[in-house]
Formats: sequence, structure tokens, C-alpha cells
Amino acid sequence: MSVEGASLRLPLRIAIVALIAVVIQETAISQISIFGVSADITPLVVVSIGLLCGSLTGAIVGFAMGLCVDLTLVQTLGITSLLYIPIGYWSGRLRELRDPSHGLVPLALGAAATAVTGLGMAIIQFLLGVDAPVSLLLLQQIFMTVLVNTLIALPVYEIVRRILHPALPEDPRRRRRRAYTTGGLSPLQRPSDRLGPISRSGR
Amino acid sequence: MRDKQVRRRRTILGLLVGASLILLTAYFGESPSSPLHAVQRGIVEVLSPIQTGASKVLSPVGDIAGWFSSTFRAKSQVSRLTRENQRLTRLLDQAQYAELQNQQLRGLVKLDAGIGAVNSYSPVAANVIGRDPGLWFQTIEVDKGSSDGVHLRDPVVGPGGLVGDVSQVGPNFSIVTELTNDKFAASVLVEDAKGDPGVLVPAVGNPDQLLVTSLPPHAQISYGQEVVTAGFKDATNPALHSLYPPGIPVGQVSNANQNTLINSQQVQVTPAVDLRHLSVVQILTRPNPSTERAQLPAG
Repeated sequence: MSVEGASLRLPLRIAIVALIAVVIQETAISQISIFGVSADITPLVVVSIGLLCGSLTGAIVGFAMGLCVDLTLVQTLGITSLLYIPIGYWSGRLRELRDPSHGLVPLALGAAATAVTGLGMAIIQFLLGVDAPVSLLLLQQIFMTVLVNTLIALPVYEIVRRILHPALPEDPRRRRRRAYTTGGLSPLQRPSDRLGPISRSGR
Repeated sequence: MRDKQVRRRRTILGLLVGASLILLTAYFGESPSSPLHAVQRGIVEVLSPIQTGASKVLSPVGDIAGWFSSTFRAKSQVSRLTRENQRLTRLLDQAQYAELQNQQLRGLVKLDAGIGAVNSYSPVAANVIGRDPGLWFQTIEVDKGSSDGVHLRDPVVGPGGLVGDVSQVGPNFSIVTELTNDKFAASVLVEDAKGDPGVLVPAVGNPDQLLVTSLPPHAQISYGQEVVTAGFKDATNPALHSLYPPGIPVGQVSNANQNTLINSQQVQVTPAVDLRHLSVVQILTRPNPSTERAQLPAG
């Protein structure tokens, strides 16, 4: 594959993942009620892409997916984008600053992202003047959505990772870490193997 | 080099946030016929066939999950529904007697058939192909639009009663604003002894509740009474009429505290339709047919 083709592979895959996620969310998942609420995979996909591709990609995907959600639901444009940009950005920043390797990180981030989406949407609606009381039902719904999204966060992350993995560039820090934990990149590159036994007779 | 990267990252982040804020402000201040809304409608129009296809392909998955969900819900509702069934059987007996009387009276005053004759309103059956998963917008998208005869503000009914009205129309899709949306209001009657009129508004933030406001302070309203659309028509100004035909069930009174009624002239109503589990609706494309209205004999 040419260099241009390889550089377009990742954005193309991200765009397809984002579009399919929005369509599946609006047509199928939103119609499935679990514990009285519907799961919302869109913030989970934004978190996954942020974790895998970095802060800038996360923020751009957050903006684009938020716009898609607002467009397909025919709701006020910009609200969901405004919420998904920080979610994608901070997921990416977490990867860049801490490089978390624990397997449950997507789960915790998914829960946090869903909570931010629910509470953020409530705050923006209040700011826009929707005359709604802070009902217990609203808080209950946000809590239940967080719970349901937490349950599906790991499978969603794994699916996104499997789709994007072949197009992701090799991360030098991960390569270093792998080298450290396995004792080196390859036995051929170990100095001791390359140079042979050190002779002490010359001393 | 690193500073340059940080600056670039922050600039793009700022641009994205700025673009979102500009979109939000522009959209919020514009009228529904503005370019931004038109672009949005155009994109929904393009996505609508994809959504319809995906909805059909993925419906078995939804059905399986819905089956499990419904089974758990049904188990918890058995005892309540048994009591409800007994109550409804009593009501049915009363209604059958009332219908017999009603047929005789209709023959006398040549009343048009009520909402029972939905066919006179040219209903168009539509599949729900998208919905807002949150509590805020309370809209659904259906697969019928202006090419099927749907107009803006056409009433929409579902299994059991009123669902809402059409708030946006495209050639092959419509957006239905549900009656739990904060922008919804309709004139209704409570089927008590006098048929007290009121205004139906949502209890925003709680999709399981509605409010009937502006009721007469001393109305004798009690739990379980039916609420139906009033369907008023101003005789002096024919253009002024309700969007909804009379007699469409809206819900049942769920809380009729007499103190609340006297102080704030309102009661709580539970919607007749399960708005969270709608899959098919009917759009009444001719809600105000030129039917013969009841008239008192002159003199």
C-alpha cells in the first residue's frame, strides 16, 4: 500500500466506526430498554477512539459524532458536540500523559463519560431555558444509563480497538514498555548476544 | 517543537469548541425555516432510508431484548393488571350501556362518529425508525412524510391514545413531538360528571406524567377518570380550532388531590400510551374533516 493510502486508512476507519455507531444507536440500541433506560454507545465510542488515537483525534471525533447525533435526532445543533469534545480530548490526554495499561480503564472512562454526558445535557438544557424541575426520575435515569453503559463499555472498546488496530501507528512508548517487560526487543539485539562472552583475560 | 504541538492542539480544541458554540447559538435563535434547519432536514432525509433499512435489519435484536425486558416488566405488573382488568370489566359494562344510549342520541342529533371512526381522519400508519434516548427532546422519527400526505401539526395516535403531533416533515420521514415534550399543549376534557375542560401540558423531565391545568377550581375529579382531547371549534372564526379531533384518549387521572385542585387548578395524568415502547403509530392526515356537527333544533 502507498504512503498516502496508509495515512488515509485510519481516518477512514474512524469515520466508518463513528457513522455506524450513530446509526446503530439511533435505530436499534435506543429502542432496547434495559432497566427502563436505553444504552448510549456514542460516548463510549468517543472514549475508545480517544484512548486509542490520542487527544486531538478524540476531540475531532467527539465533535463529529456529536454533530451526527444532533443531526439525526433533529435536536439543537452543537449541544452533543460540546459535550463529546472534552470527553474525546481528555480520554486522549489520559493516554498521552499516563498511558494507562490496566484493562478496566475503558470501563471507568465509559462510566465517567456517560455521567458527564447526562449531567452536561441537563445543565445545558437548564441554561437554554427548558422549564424542567430537577426530578428524581432524571437523576435516576442518568444513574441507570451510567450503569448500563458501564456494563457494555469493555465490549464496545474491544470492538473499536479490533477495527482500528490494524491501521494504528506503532506507539514508541508501548514498544519500549514491551521491550522492558520481555527483556528486550529481540535476542538478536541484546548486546551480550551480539558481542559474545566478555573476555576478562585482558585486564 | 513540543511548544508548537501544544499550540496546535489547543488551537484545534478551541476551534472545535467555538464551532459548537456558534452552531448552538445560531440554531437556537433561528426559526424552523432557517438555512441551518433546512440543512438538518436535508441530512435527515438522506439518512432516513439508511435508518429505515438498519431499523428493519436490526429489529430482531431489538425484539429479543424487548421480549426479555417485557417479560420482567410483565411479571411485576400481573397483580396490578388483574385489579385493573376487574375495574375495566365493570367500566365496559357501563360503557356498553352508554354506547347503546349514545347510538340512539346520535341518530337524533346527527353527530358524526367520534374518534372511534379514525378512518374519517385519513390515518397513515408509520413505523418508528428513530428515537431520542434521553428525557429532553421527547421526539420520535417515523418513516412516513409529505409524500404520504403527512402535514405539519398533524395529530399522531398510538396504541391506546394520543402520542403527539408532527413537528417536522420531509418527503419520506416525519419528526413527531411527543406529548411529554415541554413545547406540547392541548385542550382536553376530564370525563367526570360535567366533562371539565383543561389544558394538557407535560410534567417536563418526567415522561410518565402529564398535567391538566386551568381546571375549574371546584371540579369533582377523582383517580382513574379518563382524559380525552376536547377538539374545540370556534363557531365565529372557523380558522380557530383545535389541532386534535375530539375524543382521543390522552390518559387517566393518577393524582387528583382536592387541595392542589383548588389552589393550582391542576391534576396529574398518566399517559394512555406507553411512549417508550412505541413501534407503530398512526398519523391523522385529515384531523378536521368537514363533518356535520351536533346542532340544537332552532327555537
